[in-house]
Amino acid sequence: MADNNVKLQVKNLNFFYGNFHALKNINLEIAPRMVTAFIGPSGCGKSTLLRTFNRMYELYPGLRSEGEILLDGHNILGRDVDINLLRAKVGMVFQKPTPFPMSIYDNITFGVKLYEKLAKTEMDDRVEWALRKAALWDEVKDKLKQSGNSLSGGQQQRLCIARAVASRPEVLLLDEPTSALDPISTAHIEELIHELKEDYTIAIVTHNMQQAARVSDFTAYMYLGELVEFGETDNIFTAPKQKATEDYITGKFG
Amino acid sequence: MTNSTISESVKLQGRSESSSTMNTSIYRRRRLVNAFNMGASTLTMAFGLFWLLWILFTLLQHGLSGLSLQAFTQSTPPPGSQGGLANAIYGSLMMTLFGTVIGTPIGILAGIYLAEFGQRGWLAPTTRFINDILLSAPSIVIGLFVYEVYVVSVGHFSGWAGAFALALLVIPVVVRTTENMLRLVPNTLREAAAALGTPQWKITLYVTLRSAKAGVLTGILLAVARISGETAPLLFTALNNQFFNNNMNQPMANLPIVIFQFAMSPYEDWHTLAWTGALLITLSVLTLNILARWMGSQKTQSH
Repeated sequence: MADNNVKLQVKNLNFFYGNFHALKNINLEIAPRMVTAFIGPSGCGKSTLLRTFNRMYELYPGLRSEGEILLDGHNILGRDVDINLLRAKVGMVFQKPTPFPMSIYDNITFGVKLYEKLAKTEMDDRVEWALRKAALWDEVKDKLKQSGNSLSGGQQQRLCIARAVASRPEVLLLDEPTSALDPISTAHIEELIHELKEDYTIAIVTHNMQQAARVSDFTAYMYLGELVEFGETDNIFTAPKQKATEDYITGKFG
Repeated sequence: MTNSTISESVKLQGRSESSSTMNTSIYRRRRLVNAFNMGASTLTMAFGLFWLLWILFTLLQHGLSGLSLQAFTQSTPPPGSQGGLANAIYGSLMMTLFGTVIGTPIGILAGIYLAEFGQRGWLAPTTRFINDILLSAPSIVIGLFVYEVYVVSVGHFSGWAGAFALALLVIPVVVRTTENMLRLVPNTLREAAAALGTPQWKITLYVTLRSAKAGVLTGILLAVARISGETAPLLFTALNNQFFNNNMNQPMANLPIVIFQFAMSPYEDWHTLAWTGALLITLSVLTLNILARWMGSQKTQSH
């Protein structure tokens, strides 16, 4: 029953922070092995939307969602869903680098060990594979036992991407992954997104419209909790249907 | 220094009058207020430090002479004969050790509950409130409580009773510091761990608690420093013992009560031992506090 061209389907999604209605009746479909970007001004709900895809909001009291999000046809907002298993399938990288207080090697194996039992050599291979995927291997291969905190900001963020990739999720959520990084590290990570697209479905929230235009196949423009326009990135940036989208993209907004 | 400050501001005043871009009176006023506040805080600091140094000086003056090998090898003597503090030092060490060993795990677990699991419901706020009361409860109340609950029911004073009373003092300190230190760990780290599908208990144990390790250890050291000088809770529980006692189920000597008893006595040689004991306790508390400070500062460098 699952549509092969839809990885994540959002149906009539509403989200509330207590009494505040943060997401209003969102409907959209995210295609597999594509990059979907979410843009919009601060507070428009794009991060909130991203955080419903792995139910991250459940860490905090008073937050609730209504509606459906189908991952391969199964509603992940259902009561019977095992949240930990869901999050193992839907990985996430955050705005600020968040290395765990342990070695680089242990940072990568942490998530893998949760759901797989690997022999030492297999684990070593997995660590190398993940670090190569994140274009970090050459820089850290001689210091895998060092603390993850000893790396630079850009390296830490790539470590976090490697960590997310290592447990082989199906979907990768990137919440402003480059907003704390310099242009060179940003370029590294954008290249990375291009490569990761071959294996993963990627959803990225960004404040940087050029970045959305560079890395994504589809773009969603959100404003005040509503999905204003959603479509192929080329169309959104060259021929937006809505006046509001055009104003935002061209910088006329506000 | 005051002269140079004044001449500086006079110079500044002259310059600004000619250029008239800066309001000199506001600037001078700010400098005056600054000088006053700096002076006041330096004076209060000096006032506090003065007493501390005086206490240390007095302790060293009276206690240093008794600080010999004998103080560590022989037990408390009857008046007029030779002796040391070995039984009291040993008793204090044992009761502090067991008090910490019993109190710390309970304190850490409760602190974890408050910081990591207690966002919803009424249990955590209530526990926090009661813990705050326990934190400021006079230690003699704790001593009386253990006396009533434990000593009376088993029928004799003992080292264990002392350790229990000290454990009750350790718990609220460790609960408080553990909760505070865990709260300092940024939520983004918890989210990052949760995003991998990590169960809550693993997030707490391997990520959050590990990040807060230095702070939690500091809290334990401060708790140890606190109980190592407590007298009141031991008065009703461990009591005292003239002899060297290795049995935690018997009344046990300890430094604070030996100091109390010897200092109140009319005998000169007991006075000297009391001073030595006081010096020992103060030095160990000082060391523990310095160690705790040092570990606290390491925290920012290691991660």
